[in-house]
Amino acid sequence: MSAVAVIPAFNEEASLGGVLAEIAEIDGLVPVVVDDGSSDGTAGVARNAGVACVRLPFNLGVGGAVRTGLRWALDHDAGTVVIVDADGQHDPADVAALLAAIDAGADLAIGSRFAADAGDYAVGGTRRRAMRILNRLVRSTTGFAATDATSGFRAMSRPVVEYLAREYPVEYLADTVEVIVLVRRAGHEVIEVPVSMRERAGGVPSARRFRLVFNFLRLLVGIAGGVLVGRRDGGRS
Amino acid sequence: MSAVAQITLSVVALGITFWVVRLVGLRRLRSKYALLWLVITVPLVPLAVFPAIVDEAGEFLGVNYPPALLFSLSSLLLLGIVIHYSWELSRLESRTRRLGEEIALLNARLDDAERADDGEDES
Repeated sequence: MSAVAVIPAFNEEASLGGVLAEIAEIDGLVPVVVDDGSSDGTAGVARNAGVACVRLPFNLGVGGAVRTGLRWALDHDAGTVVIVDADGQHDPADVAALLAAIDAGADLAIGSRFAADAGDYAVGGTRRRAMRILNRLVRSTTGFAATDATSGFRAMSRPVVEYLAREYPVEYLADTVEVIVLVRRAGHEVIEVPVSMRERAGGVPSARRFRLVFNFLRLLVGIAGGVLVGRRDGGRS
Repeated sequence: MSAVAQITLSVVALGITFWVVRLVGLRRLRSKYALLWLVITVPLVPLAVFPAIVDEAGEFLGVNYPPALLFSLSSLLLLGIVIHYSWELSRLESRTRRLGEEIALLNARLDDAERADDGEDES
């Protein structure tokens, strides 16, 4: 069984090529690009690089794209999966550390910008405060001391891939934060691995204040629902 | 408002809130729709416990008959929800259309590929 790198991409033709070139240098890693309904040449970049590309007919959001990628990974008998952003923010040099954490027995390894020995990464005021609240939310619901709960740079073991391929919460924020809660409650081991994130190579960051509040409330309702039902095995889908 | 009415309204509002959150946990209801309903049911509890809020708000806004304020507010919220549903429905409709087209095109490509295969077998 091999390791699969799931690369969700929405209009990332500018940066995807560079990311794929760096990923190609990692031994034994099979990349798959999930083109999330892009209107630019994203799928073409993947094809020219000779990389498998799953094209969604319309935009499903990062969560939807990741879930599609996880299902592709299962279809291709992946042992572990690592999720890497197409915008160049995630440094492929850190992929090895994430996969090593899974090999060492963890089920979900989260690349953290803010872990003790991670590189420098600057974020603005509102975002920083929001991130801190989300970390605290994860800590109080699961006991896991997250320092970067919204990081999408993560690796997962086969059992977690199987679980999330069914249960991945596709909403923004839920696709990162709620996943930690679900995976922990399902009894899997979650750890953080320090990584250095880079400035985005292209595209625009996706944080607006009103949407942030809406997404946060939606996340709370989602997590509250899971806690109320006392879901452990993921329930029905 | 009588104590019985206050208690009944609070219990109903809390019950619906609880039920909606439970449905989210069971994955029967997407959290964004739950949020929509919680915006309505959650404020009902303080209103049931302190009905004077309605009178004061009515007075503040210069409404002669304060309960009318409550009715118009709830009609507005419901109208908002229905419009939101039309919006979601339109989005869903265009997406199913796209999916149908996508499958038809995939079938056509599959037919082409199979025909190409047959051609190779014969030669």
